[in-house]
Amino acid sequence: MTTTAPGPGRSPTRERPEPPRRRPLTLRRRESRAGLALVAPTLLVTIAVIGIPIVWTVVLAFQRVRLATLRKTGLFGDFTMDNIDRVLHTPGFAETLWVTLVYSVGGTVGSILLGLVAALVVRRPFRGRTLVRASMLLPYVAPVVAVTFVWQVMLDPQLGIVNAWGQRLLGWDAPVPFLSQDSTALTTVIVFEAWRYFPFAFLFLLARLQAVPGELEEAARVDGATPTQRFRHILLPQLLPVIALLGVLRFIMTFNKFDDVYLLTGGAAGTEVVSVRVYEFLTARTDIGAAAAQAVVLAVVLIVFVLIYLRFFGRRVS
Amino acid sequence: MDRDVVETVSLRWLRRLVIAAFLVVTVFPFYYMLVLSVRPIERLLLDPGALVVGFGELTVATYAEVLKATDDGGQGFLTFIRNSGLVAVAATVLTLLVAIPGAYAVARLRFFGRRQVDFLFLAVYLFPTIVIAIPLFVAFSLANLRGSLFGLVLVYISQTLPVSVYMLRNYFETIPVSLEESAAIDGAGRLGIIRRVSLPLAMPSVMAVALYDFMIAWNEFLFALLFLVDKPNRWTVSLGLSLLADGVEVPKTVLMAGSVVLTLPIVILFFASERLLTEGLTSGAEKG
Repeated sequence: MTTTAPGPGRSPTRERPEPPRRRPLTLRRRESRAGLALVAPTLLVTIAVIGIPIVWTVVLAFQRVRLATLRKTGLFGDFTMDNIDRVLHTPGFAETLWVTLVYSVGGTVGSILLGLVAALVVRRPFRGRTLVRASMLLPYVAPVVAVTFVWQVMLDPQLGIVNAWGQRLLGWDAPVPFLSQDSTALTTVIVFEAWRYFPFAFLFLLARLQAVPGELEEAARVDGATPTQRFRHILLPQLLPVIALLGVLRFIMTFNKFDDVYLLTGGAAGTEVVSVRVYEFLTARTDIGAAAAQAVVLAVVLIVFVLIYLRFFGRRVS
Repeated sequence: MDRDVVETVSLRWLRRLVIAAFLVVTVFPFYYMLVLSVRPIERLLLDPGALVVGFGELTVATYAEVLKATDDGGQGFLTFIRNSGLVAVAATVLTLLVAIPGAYAVARLRFFGRRQVDFLFLAVYLFPTIVIAIPLFVAFSLANLRGSLFGLVLVYISQTLPVSVYMLRNYFETIPVSLEESAAIDGAGRLGIIRRVSLPLAMPSVMAVALYDFMIAWNEFLFALLFLVDKPNRWTVSLGLSLLADGVEVPKTVLMAGSVVLTLPIVILFFASERLLTEGLTSGAEKG
């Protein structure tokens, strides 16, 4: 972090005593100014497009705002708890939270497990490894709209290949509407999530695996450890910190996810996650206040979960 | 036979099997996309389980229909491609313009608040996008920026900035300070040093970041949906495909051609630069 900067390391305390007037700026202070100037555009964009909106969402959550009355509503004033109240008591609130939680945990665990297996099998060089590795990243880099659309068609009851083969080879009596019936939709969405995001875990775990010194495993082999024992006692302990970090990263990202569920099911058939619900409030009902309140609830719940997680795994993550 | 031999041999076979399974699972949807995009819809309805394009049924009429302008009876994807390309290129260039000096400053210069910047980026990166989307939706409605590609570019810059700064910062830190010092002694100013010394050395990383930014902007869906939905001539490829897929009037095979059009640029870019990208994304992963 503290790489030595090019300027001479004059300690700040020595500069402090009132520099005589008209003395040119010290290098240290010029450096500080240059730093602020160079980072200013980044900060400006971040504050304008992300910082202010976050604060504004919180303000909107406590105001009565609809798209139609937007221009009349002032930025401040008329604060009310109505939105929060309405959000908490709109039918389906608890269910949405539960679905989001199941979806996030399922997607996180699934993608990390798949990523771990993938990293273990392509760890050692073999012919065509580069190509295999690149192909494994495809689900992650491809446009979400394209892959959700392909999945929709693949799973379609009439013209999907999954149902065609399921009926032909596995003897299914009737086509299964995977994405539109309650009993399968959530599972399907979670499987999609694991499929699309395992490359993320795969990349991190592979990088870590390749940093494990070869002597460690060699020594264990000499001591008579079998491959599974070497994995259990040598590799896994090395990977655990990365897995813990991936756990929190993937959980947060999945919890916030909108695109995947919205595009696959539109939130139907018991797959409505919180961000899809926010979107519904915002566009279908044009109730900005309720949407903001729902979004704030999302953020608060997320922060609580992350804090709980850090409490249990904090030492590993840091 | 002892346990070691049994495990070694069976794991060797298991490993090959698993690699094959992974390949099938990851590549198959893309293969399926390609196959469907060149089959006529009637053939698909007759035989939805076919894995290859049958003899004599190959057609490119789907591509013609999806690309043609709506006035000519097509779906207007050429316009969408132009919009997506415009937005993605503009967002990439502008992000780099903002991120390069920022990343350099965070990597090299000591200034007030340098450490907080780090934390800020992480928080921004992990914050729910939908939370930011609401006020932006409101603000853009008020400023009549909804339906403008410029507004979209602005949002994409902010979405890609944190990771761009982070990746570039990591790379700048690996460049020896002595190189910059000698340039300083030769009389180069701060900007001169960045332009003539640091930037050329950081080129691989800049390329990786540019590709990453381009992909994010090209693939993005939520903000395009929120801002552009009322203006069909401003739709991006992602938005156009998803909105047309919601209806029933456009045949699925034609839309498959659309998703090939949407996916192909990304896949080509990705395979051309795979090594560059994966190394860029995971540099710093070892810190764990």
